[in-house]
Amino acid sequence: MSSLAISVRDLSKKYGDRMAVSHINFDVPLGAVCGFVGPNGSGKTTTMRMLLGLISHTGGSGQVLDASIDEPEKYLSQVGAMIEGPAFYPALTGAENLKVLATLGGFPIERVQKLLNQVGLGDRAKSKYKTYSLGMKQRLGIAAALLPNPKLLMLDEPTNGLDPEGIQEVRALLRSLADSGTTVFVSSHLLSELEIISDYLVMLRKGEVVFAGKIEELLLAQQHVIIAKGQNHTDLEKLVSIATSMGHSATIRNNEVHVHANAEWASTLNRAAFDAGITLRQLTPQLPNLEETFFEMTGDK
Amino acid sequence: MFRVVLAELRKLRRPTLVFGTFGAALFFAALVTSFLFLLIDSPDGNGDRGRRIGREVLSLASGSVTGFSSVGGLLGLIALCVFAAQTAQEYTYGTLRNLLVRQSGRLRILGGKLIANIIFAKIMVLFSAAVSIGISLALASRAKVPTDLWFTSDGWSAIIHTVINVVLAVIGYGVFGMALGLLLRSPISSISIGVLWMLIIENLLGAVKESALDWLPGSQLNTIAMGGSETISYSHAMQVGGAYVIGISIIAAVLFSRRDVAN
Repeated sequence: MSSLAISVRDLSKKYGDRMAVSHINFDVPLGAVCGFVGPNGSGKTTTMRMLLGLISHTGGSGQVLDASIDEPEKYLSQVGAMIEGPAFYPALTGAENLKVLATLGGFPIERVQKLLNQVGLGDRAKSKYKTYSLGMKQRLGIAAALLPNPKLLMLDEPTNGLDPEGIQEVRALLRSLADSGTTVFVSSHLLSELEIISDYLVMLRKGEVVFAGKIEELLLAQQHVIIAKGQNHTDLEKLVSIATSMGHSATIRNNEVHVHANAEWASTLNRAAFDAGITLRQLTPQLPNLEETFFEMTGDK
Repeated sequence: MFRVVLAELRKLRRPTLVFGTFGAALFFAALVTSFLFLLIDSPDGNGDRGRRIGREVLSLASGSVTGFSSVGGLLGLIALCVFAAQTAQEYTYGTLRNLLVRQSGRLRILGGKLIANIIFAKIMVLFSAAVSIGISLALASRAKVPTDLWFTSDGWSAIIHTVINVVLAVIGYGVFGMALGLLLRSPISSISIGVLWMLIIENLLGAVKESALDWLPGSQLNTIAMGGSETISYSHAMQVGGAYVIGISIIAAVLFSRRDVAN
């Protein structure tokens, strides 16, 4: 038994002349929460579909829970998934929709009400799916993914349409699942959410992996930023030229100067600004967050 | 496969589908059977396409199901719509990906779906048969049709044979609907094209060249439902209709098992 829940090597998917996913490689350890990020169209959903056997791959290989993705029947009974949002029958109730999937997968029907309670839909179990709000539909999708008591949970944008309280609940749910040994592979455009809950990260750009590994390794590898602001607007240009003359790249963003340098260099900048007759109103060394790192690595705005 | 059938039956038993389908079956069975007896003396005919079916035919052992055998084609169209909608909706709702994650054997999904839909269609046919025979019995005395032979052993044999023939025809229509649902992936498109073909295009082709009806699928299925007709024999209809059903089933199965599920 390997220690990896997902492992892909040179995995590719080609549609006509276009490579939707190109020779990607990454591993997701068992029991980890792994964030899966990338701009729209970067190949996240295509990758998830290949891992679930919904679409064929045109190159490379992949393993999910030690079985090849060419034989999804070997691992799907241990996988829960919600891909591209929740999809259910509008004329059936929430409970009936889950019972259809429980019957199909051979899971106990009694689990349905328990799961509906777990995702906060216990009192709306008998309401038709078409009457659900977007947030409720999302919760039902998560409940469906939890039906098999999965070893691996794959969720595509699970917090879409949820209010802040719902987002917090999903975050807590995913964390508790991971703590109990479930591997969670989750894509989201809410990078701050992923930063909080993820241990690992796979970052895609135009169908290629730009980073795959521990999230802290990514953030530590990024250069720190010092944010500086003078008393006058004209000081911004002067601060940029001071920083660049001392060998550090600097840009003006939102009426602030962002200097790529370690926190220790802030005192040097302070002294140089003082010598140039600039009184600083702000001088803040800042660790890069996932969102900034994401934009930097994917070249997206 | 058994689990797929049970899951599919859960979807098929929703009240709107049951009442809608059985309501339509009730309507057609009642309409066609009532016309058969109420218009028995009409010079414009009382049967399919103005055909005259007299008392001497209706008083035979098969008289109780003469009306029901004429409803077969219409029941087939209902089945075509149900099978097509039940299949294509998985694409439009995006639920097919849920099904395939829970049961990755695509042919098992397809087979289970077909079996469940056939069970549903069989119940619809039995319900329609009961309605049609009941109405025939109720209107026979008013139309002065003797019913002495209807429930003899020959009569029961005719009832059983007709029900089997209608079930076979309805399954054929259903398979066409399912294949259209898989090909077009849209309930509206698959139903409209299916009904348009069976009701209009085949009749137009038949009007232009009558012999074409000997080889068109809808015509064969109608003939199977009626147990044979004056122009097409039952065995010919079974062979040609069966070949169509087997051919389209193979195409649908290959498509479904190989195509990417990207919606």
